[in-house]
Amino acid sequence: MDRFVFLTFDGLSRGAVYSAFALALVLIWRGARIVNFAQGAMAIATVYAAYSVTSATGSYWLGFGAALLCGLALGAVVERGVMRFVGHASPLNAVIVALGLVLVIQAVLGMLYGNEYRPAEAPFSRTAFTVGGLAFLSRYDLFVFAAVVVLMVGLALLFTRTPVGLRLRAAAFAPEVSRLLGVNVAGMRTLAWALASAVGALAAMLIVPTGLGLHPTSMDLVFVTAFTAAVVGGLESPLGAVAGGLAVGLLLSYVSGYAGAEMSPVAVLLLLLAVLLVRPSGLFSTVAARRV
Amino acid sequence: MKSTVVRHLALTIAAAAALLALTYGLEPFRNYQLATAAAYLCATAGLTVLTGLSGQLSLGHGALMATGAYPVALAQNEFRDRDISGGWVLPVSLSIGVATALVAGLVVGLAAARLRGPYLAGVTLAVAVIVPALTTAFDSVFNGDQGLSVYVAPPPMSLGYDFPYERWQAWIALTGALLVMFLLANLLRSRYGRHFRAVRDDEVAARLAGINVARTQVLAFVVSAACAGLGGGLLAVLAQSVSPGAFSLTLSLFLVMAVVIGGLGRLAGAAWGAVLLVLLPEASHSVTEALSLSPSAAQRLDGNLPLAIFGITLVAVMLLAPGGVQGLLSRAAGLRRRTRGWSDPGAERQHSAGR
Repeated sequence: MDRFVFLTFDGLSRGAVYSAFALALVLIWRGARIVNFAQGAMAIATVYAAYSVTSATGSYWLGFGAALLCGLALGAVVERGVMRFVGHASPLNAVIVALGLVLVIQAVLGMLYGNEYRPAEAPFSRTAFTVGGLAFLSRYDLFVFAAVVVLMVGLALLFTRTPVGLRLRAAAFAPEVSRLLGVNVAGMRTLAWALASAVGALAAMLIVPTGLGLHPTSMDLVFVTAFTAAVVGGLESPLGAVAGGLAVGLLLSYVSGYAGAEMSPVAVLLLLLAVLLVRPSGLFSTVAARRV
Repeated sequence: MKSTVVRHLALTIAAAAALLALTYGLEPFRNYQLATAAAYLCATAGLTVLTGLSGQLSLGHGALMATGAYPVALAQNEFRDRDISGGWVLPVSLSIGVATALVAGLVVGLAAARLRGPYLAGVTLAVAVIVPALTTAFDSVFNGDQGLSVYVAPPPMSLGYDFPYERWQAWIALTGALLVMFLLANLLRSRYGRHFRAVRDDEVAARLAGINVARTQVLAFVVSAACAGLGGGLLAVLAQSVSPGAFSLTLSLFLVMAVVIGGLGRLAGAAWGAVLLVLLPEASHSVTEALSLSPSAAQRLDGNLPLAIFGITLVAVMLLAPGGVQGLLSRAAGLRRRTRGWSDPGAERQHSAGR
């Protein structure tokens, strides 16, 4: 029982990060109908930026801010510089271009920082509190929850309560009409990419200290996991991404707790296959949200 | 049909003769490179059939190569431990590898036939990332990150005492590659090849014409996986070792790059791609040597320069040659081919959705 409680909290903490990362995928999918396969590489690049800033200044929080800013900038640059020019006749074009970006980003990181694993420091203790002999959460887990909740509330407010959010949603759902009504659709798409990339940066900052280590490829498996979470949620819905992320986090925590950590990648693959074969539109999708 | 087979056979024999002469002309290191290119060619040719001709993108072919390579390692070592030797041992091991990859390809292919666009890419990407991780999960069999060494018998004595080992390796790998090319060339000219292209060009029309689309797609995946398995097995024999690091996601992406850059939809393109995979790292190595950097900087540049070049080339090809590559790829997704310009966001929105 103790173990189950611990694994549940651990799973929710990890799942919160997958939710954030899946949310980044959903943001771009809704805004541009592209699954950003370069998300993991872009996110790890921002963590390296944070690492440089933190080493130079000695402040974790300056590094944290740098990662988010770098995420915004990187997203905008990738959209303006590359993705905007991809032919959309086939969804595979964007996938292949994104994979090219993965190689470029990982190569550049390898050239700048080297291909060895670097330990990443967590800003808070990762030792779990114990209440009455039961291990619950660590300070770091609480920080992760707080960060993800702030992120979600912030995004929800942005999208539902601000004029920019309205334009973002309009540009995503009805680009032609929005353009006629004077919305800068291309600009909104760039903004969606920048936001998504910053969200990815946040998620990477939260997950890299939990044992992944800093390496140009260390987000590969996280990307696959977050993709699975987004597919579980249906790629369309932000709420689905959150739910999917938590579900995948719990599943992985139980699998690695009861069957061994090395089995969790297998569980991801099986879950992804199962969801896609049974309900390709995602478990949380309501009616066909839209057929294009 | 018959004349096509005869023509392909004649071409294969001519190529074999030319390559045989070539192996006598090349120095050992070049022979080894030739052998490596031949091993890659098995995989790139398979991927060309899958992506270029049947319209399914696989990001997991590096992992499928691993499913061919590990059984070869296990079989070769098992034969050695039992003191079994003979000319038939290596072909049997390679067949075991191909059979394993074939089964893996069947499993992935059954899923792939129901998926489109980014979903298919996502599943095959998961395969590429997760299969190498399996070696840690089953540590006792696969020996984790270290991998296994592969026992390979020396060249037969009948070739002479001082027969260069690299030439022998080149013969083994080239035999495999020529076999793959011969079989694939015939397959593509057969009924099944026409089915592949029909499904790629227009799934609905293919279905109306009485083609079982799902079965055709699975068949393409199985054939392609078997080729990748042979390529992986040959790589294991050449390197005399297998490890998860050799079959990482990067290899899978490199294979995609190779077939895209080499030219999708034509087997000859696969050959160019394979040669590129061997020569590019070497070329970047000589560049870094010429730059006379500090050893650590040179090492960083050395491993990463080919990645960067491949990545940039790929992005450039996709952006600058939307007619050629994109035309094929748009059919690859089973969508109607669009000749419309790529800067028309209105058109983009309607045609870029997966399922």
